[in-house]
Amino acid sequence: MEIVLVLLIGILYASGIFMLLRRSMVKLLIGLTLLGNGANLLIFLLGGITKGKPPVIDTAAKLFTDVYADPVPQALILTAIVISFGLQAFAIVLLKRVYVLVNSDDLDDLNTPEEEDI
Amino acid sequence: MLAAVLSGLIVSILYIPFGKYLKDRLSICVSFLPIALFAYFASFIPTIRDGGHITFHYPWVPSLGINLDFHLDGLSLLFSLLITGIGSLVFLYAAPYLKGHRYLDRFYAYLSLFMAAMLGLVLADNVLLLFIFWELTSISSFFLIGFNNDNADSRKSSLIALGITGGGGFLLMAGLILMGHLSGSYSIQEMLGANEYLKGHALYGWILALVFAGAFTKSAQFPFHFWLPGAMKAPTPVSAYLHSATMVKAGIYLLARLNPVLGGTDYWMYPLVIIGGVTMLYSAFHSLFRTDLKAILAYSTIAALGILVFLIGIGTPESLLAASVFILVHALYKASLFLTTGVIDHETGTRDVTRLSGLRKVLWPLSIAGILAALSSAGVPLTFGFIGKDLIYEATLHTVGVLPIVLTALALLTNVLVLYAGFLAGIKPFTGPLPQNLTQVHLPNALMWGAPLVLALLGLLFGCLPFLADDALLNPAAHAMLQAPIGTSLKIWHGFNTVLLLSGITLVSGVLLYVIRKPSQRSLASIERFNAWSPRHLFGKVAQYSKAFSRRYTHTLHNGFLRVYLLRIIVFAVLLLAFRLFTGGPIRLTLDQLSPVSVYEIIVAAILIAAIFLAVTTSSRLTAVVATSVIGYCICLQFVFYSAPDLAMTQFSIDTLTVVLFVLVLFRLPPFLNLANRLTRIRDWTVASAFGAVISLIAIQVLNQPFDGAVSRFYGDNAYTLAKGKNVVNVILVDFRGFDTLFEIVVLSIAAIGVFSLLKLRLNASEKE
Amino acid sequence: MNSTILKTASNYLLPILLLFSIFLLLRGHYHPGGGFVGGLIASIAFVLHSFTHGTDATLRLLRIHPGSLIPVGLGLAALSMFAPMLGGQPVMTGLWLEEPLPVIGMVGSALFFDLGVYLVVVGVVLTILFTISQYSE
Repeated sequence: MEIVLVLLIGILYASGIFMLLRRSMVKLLIGLTLLGNGANLLIFLLGGITKGKPPVIDTAAKLFTDVYADPVPQALILTAIVISFGLQAFAIVLLKRVYVLVNSDDLDDLNTPEEEDI
Repeated sequence: MLAAVLSGLIVSILYIPFGKYLKDRLSICVSFLPIALFAYFASFIPTIRDGGHITFHYPWVPSLGINLDFHLDGLSLLFSLLITGIGSLVFLYAAPYLKGHRYLDRFYAYLSLFMAAMLGLVLADNVLLLFIFWELTSISSFFLIGFNNDNADSRKSSLIALGITGGGGFLLMAGLILMGHLSGSYSIQEMLGANEYLKGHALYGWILALVFAGAFTKSAQFPFHFWLPGAMKAPTPVSAYLHSATMVKAGIYLLARLNPVLGGTDYWMYPLVIIGGVTMLYSAFHSLFRTDLKAILAYSTIAALGILVFLIGIGTPESLLAASVFILVHALYKASLFLTTGVIDHETGTRDVTRLSGLRKVLWPLSIAGILAALSSAGVPLTFGFIGKDLIYEATLHTVGVLPIVLTALALLTNVLVLYAGFLAGIKPFTGPLPQNLTQVHLPNALMWGAPLVLALLGLLFGCLPFLADDALLNPAAHAMLQAPIGTSLKIWHGFNTVLLLSGITLVSGVLLYVIRKPSQRSLASIERFNAWSPRHLFGKVAQYSKAFSRRYTHTLHNGFLRVYLLRIIVFAVLLLAFRLFTGGPIRLTLDQLSPVSVYEIIVAAILIAAIFLAVTTSSRLTAVVATSVIGYCICLQFVFYSAPDLAMTQFSIDTLTVVLFVLVLFRLPPFLNLANRLTRIRDWTVASAFGAVISLIAIQVLNQPFDGAVSRFYGDNAYTLAKGKNVVNVILVDFRGFDTLFEIVVLSIAAIGVFSLLKLRLNASEKE
Repeated sequence: MNSTILKTASNYLLPILLLFSIFLLLRGHYHPGGGFVGGLIASIAFVLHSFTHGTDATLRLLRIHPGSLIPVGLGLAALSMFAPMLGGQPVMTGLWLEEPLPVIGMVGSALFFDLGVYLVVVGVVLTILFTISQYSE
């Protein structure tokens, strides 16, 4: 199964990067989401995947008695997911604001003529 | 002591809120600060005269070896008194000089800051502390030199000064850290014990080179001297303060202070003597061709600094005593001449020496100051300058080998030229007939002519009664430079000997030169032909080229297109990672450790791939949003499969909310555009696929590494015993790594505030739709 | 969205989802759940309500602006970390009551920290979404 996940991660990264390279603002946003998902999955995979053994200690026990999924990448990803929501919201609003200001979706329209010799 | 050093800093900070009340008549009040400090330091004179010294220790960052250690000995006291004494006069003088100036409050704030930095510099015992104050003087002098900030020349000069002295400061820092590291202590007093070790160390040459770089840039030694004439763009009180007693003497102070630690070897002596000698002759010669009073003084200042470096380089007890005497001599007459020039400039509106003469008739008290100072700089008997010059000859004559002849000749020539410069600045404007256009000139505020007069009279007083300064200040100062008793004292009369003869020759030839040679615009033009080879010009060229280079560089790399930046970063990352993968050996995959594949996993993966394909290729915004959310839910399913219930729940909720977010703004979002041509798309696909492939390969490589679960095991083992929790993920979040989570929610809050302010607050009133 | 069924459903869903979110928050230390998930579920409950009744109605229901939950949550989280310092213990020492309380279960400083996270998440999500929806209207 790891091979499939590796493949998925590669596809997510590649399509994320491709979307980031577009001139359209909305595509940029989608690229950001894809890339974030790819990164989460990568961290998850590298922590080692385990089936059906969540990192929760049995009610009766005080310690793990069985093998269990690695909790560290899970904690990392959990924060990453929540943060990415904040990032997306901010990015959307920022882009929207820019769209209202310059009335264009083309990132290239944001470039002002460079100031010579400051 | 700490309060004394910091008072200037505090006053300069207080100027921010209260400056505007101190602008007019009250501006003179701030002069009480240097006067009080002068009195404070003067109270230490008896202790120092009796051979004592005083140390103060305040811990600051002990773990890094940085402590607020201050050490007051003869050398520090001499400089402290000069800084506060001349500082007092400059503070008083500047009030009428800059009366009504728009930025008078700022001026005093900078001046206080500068004074505090200088005091800290000469009192610090910790070399890192010394460096901090060293840089503070560079920074505060930058503001002082560029004080007339509406003048382009002034701004440029201050930048050059900051560039040169700041650059030297960096090298100095390296040198000081090297010294501290090798000797095991950052305290100068403790380094004294390690001086033999330092001198014998393989890195001794580097230390010297770095320390010299700092001292030479600060003290305007050839070839870094050119910032000093440029710094004449500053208001004259600033020039008087910076160039007579403080800023440029910082390098001299450093050399004098480190002489007992690093000095006494050939590697110390020859560079100092050679650079000092070249500097003094070069700039004294240059002063012949100047017609601007301040430029003449600037070059003669550089010459004086050269003499000081030269004397410290010789390093005999006599030469060090000569150096400490000359520091005082020069401070007194040069400050006096600068302040005199300031009055002339202020009252007549010109500093061109060819157009000034006969001012004694209208500015008679000032003429006394100017002429006395000029005589002191010339070394006429009964002035303090005479004693200083005698000691210089004494020092050069008592060297060994062929050196006496060479060095004495050098000193003689320089002294003749310095005498000429002094006469030009102090005597020429006051003698001769008074031109018609200057008859209306009248005496300014008494503070303005009083300040130079006091300094000039002090020169005369010490000249007649040298013991006044000798026991209390100069001998202890030289003692500190040598770390041994000097054994000689100052005398007015040495009897008929070679030294007296040399003094006589200096006087006669200097006066002859003054009588014969008249300054003119023509001679100024003649020297300007050589400008193309001057260090200043070369420095300018370097600055110009680096500016052109950085502009071109910026233009190519930083062209304002986001995707170009991204493309470059990604291509670079791909190349770097691919290179590492390629050289890292073959990529293997051990199949036996992999988990089995089930049907539903394959189905989810297939849906995921299809959704990604749809999100990338669709031209409908709605489809793209739906596809993105499908991707999110598929990932959520992966978390479900592989035992991450917390993640699955979080991903599910976030995905739902993201859909809401998109839906809320979707219809207001701009339509999809397809702006790229086919070629660009192929290029982007290539780069993106390469990146994805590299990431996949890295993932495979990492999976092959043996996995050490020590960290995870720690959390697993201690989740209940230490944190009383059984859901380890949650325990990590709220307990073990609680700080991270705290900052995470802070970040979230910032995002919310950002969204709120972007939408609710109208950035621009015209934007209302 | 003026579907009557959805409107009625959301009236019932709001308290149920809120209760569920608190349930997730409280059990987070022992079972899957916690402040982040709980906060997100609570936000979804309010967002659902705002979809059917309009943002202004939800804001009226909340009585306070969701943005004001952010400083409260941050303060609570920070306080729970620094409170042990008052007792002379290092920052972030876990303090727990000896016996579990009825319904709530074990009470300790970590629970208050999680509660802070919960409040911040609700505040942040609702502030963002409500601001945007008000702007779009």
